[in-house]
Order: sequence, then C-alpha cells, then structure tokens
Amino acid sequence: MLNAVVIFLMVSGFMLFFATTVGLLRFPDFYTRVHAAGKGDTLSTALLLAGLIIYYLQDFSGEALLTAVKLSLIVFFVFLASPTATHAIIDAGYEAKVPYWTKRKPSADGEPYPGPERRREDRQI
Amino acid sequence: MSAIITFCVMFAFWIVMSGKFDLFHLTMGLLSSGLVTWLSHDLLFSGHTKKFGGLMVEIGRFLRYVVWLSWQIVIANIHIAGLALSPQAREIMDPHVVSFKTVLKTDFARFVLANSITLTPGTVTIRIQDDTFYVHAITAQSAGDLAGAGDGPGEMERWVAWVFEGGSR
Repeated sequence: MLNAVVIFLMVSGFMLFFATTVGLLRFPDFYTRVHAAGKGDTLSTALLLAGLIIYYLQDFSGEALLTAVKLSLIVFFVFLASPTATHAIIDAGYEAKVPYWTKRKPSADGEPYPGPERRREDRQI
Repeated sequence: MSAIITFCVMFAFWIVMSGKFDLFHLTMGLLSSGLVTWLSHDLLFSGHTKKFGGLMVEIGRFLRYVVWLSWQIVIANIHIAGLALSPQAREIMDPHVVSFKTVLKTDFARFVLANSITLTPGTVTIRIQDDTFYVHAITAQSAGDLAGAGDGPGEMERWVAWVFEGGSR
C-alpha cells in the first residue's frame, strides 16, 4: 500500500522533470528557458525526495529518521537556492541586454503579423 | 538573542548531519557552532529586533503561508508542465515584463516575496529597483495571478505583508 504511494510520488516527480526538460528544449528564448530550467525542478525534486522519505520511513528506526531529516533538508535548501540562482541568471541576462521573444501581434485588419516573430530590443528598466 | 538562536540552529544542523552522539563528536560540534556563531551571529537574523512572542506569531503565520504557497506551486507547476508539453505552446504563451510597486517595507519581506514569485512557475523576479518589482511572466494567466485587482497588491503580496508586517490578508 505504502509502496503504491512511493511509486506515485516518484513517477509524478519524473513526469514533471520530463516536462521541465521538454520545456527547456522547446521554449523560444533565454528568459522562457530559464522559466523551465530554473523552477520546474522545485516541485519535482520535492516529490521525488518525499517518495524517498516515505520509502525510508517504512521500517522505522533512528537511522532511517536521520536519513529522512537529511533528505528534507535537501528539499529545504533546493527551495532556498533554486529561486536565488534563477534570479541571478535572469538578472545577468537582463543586464547583458539579451533580447526577448514576444508573440506575433496581429495587424489592425485582423491579419496575423506577417514578419518573423518579434524580438524586442527596447527595455523597461 | 540572535546569537543564541543562531547557535541552536547551527548545533541542531551539526547533530543531524553527523548523526553521531558520542562525546568527541558533540564537543567538536559545540566548538565549531560556537565559532560560526561568533563569526556570523548578526548575519542570519539581522534586522530582527522583535520580541520572542512576536517572533513566535511570525513563525506561525509563516508556516501557514508556506502551506498556501506549496499549493500555489503545485497548481503553477502543472500549468507550466502542460504548457511545455502542449503542441501549441508558442500560441498560448505571451511573455512580457510586469512591473508593480510594492507595499512591503523591510528587506526580508521583499526577499521572501521575490523568492516566492520565482518559486511559482510562470513568473521570475528580474530585479527590485527602489520600490518596484520587475517580473518576467510567461503567460497572461501567471501575470494575472501576480497583480491584484485594480491598483492594490496581489494575493501573494498581501500574504507576505500579513506574515511580516501585520497587515490584513
């Protein structure tokens, strides 16, 4: 019974990691790729490690408890470090004026924008 | 006060990481956490001059905020995973930079808000300049979750303000 929970948690963690990787490859520009790479992994790491924690706590002992606490510390530090690193990368990209992708805007008469996808050079900051 | 809390955190961390309870390892732990506390006791809890009771209230509120935030992360993660796997990803997404003025006063509350925005997939805090947050949002939906109705602060910002500055939620 508990094994089913563990398998469910780990499989959903892997699915999210898979989606993260696909997003990293498919998304059009630097900023959107940072979205996929930087934080699709927070929930998936949490799910994977939660699965491992439950698996370890199945036969309860002091040592298993210690391992579980260490694993939850990993989750804690991932949740602290991942957004900070993501922020540092995307801020550096903005500082270096990496152009960003925006959607094609349709023209006034409803025709879709004919040219290539627009790459914005203008800055808001 | 901050030194005592730092020491307790460091020593608990040492015990968890070493997993040994004999005299030698505990003494080493006492010595090294004492050294770290002496070097950096004003680093971990800087700017926290609140009384103990106030700190407890803040921790309680923060735990409730963490529960709410986890649920938001789950929803938003599924949203982004669906976007990554959807065949019309480029049609659905509409990346742009959102900026809004914050009502938060302290640096720590702003740090928590910025990290929470980055944690929920779909939005990344680019920078905080003066009172203004610059956030890169990947779809219109994630941008909408961020900004509140009208000019007021968004739901997440109201939570953070409630936790750290005692505002209404």
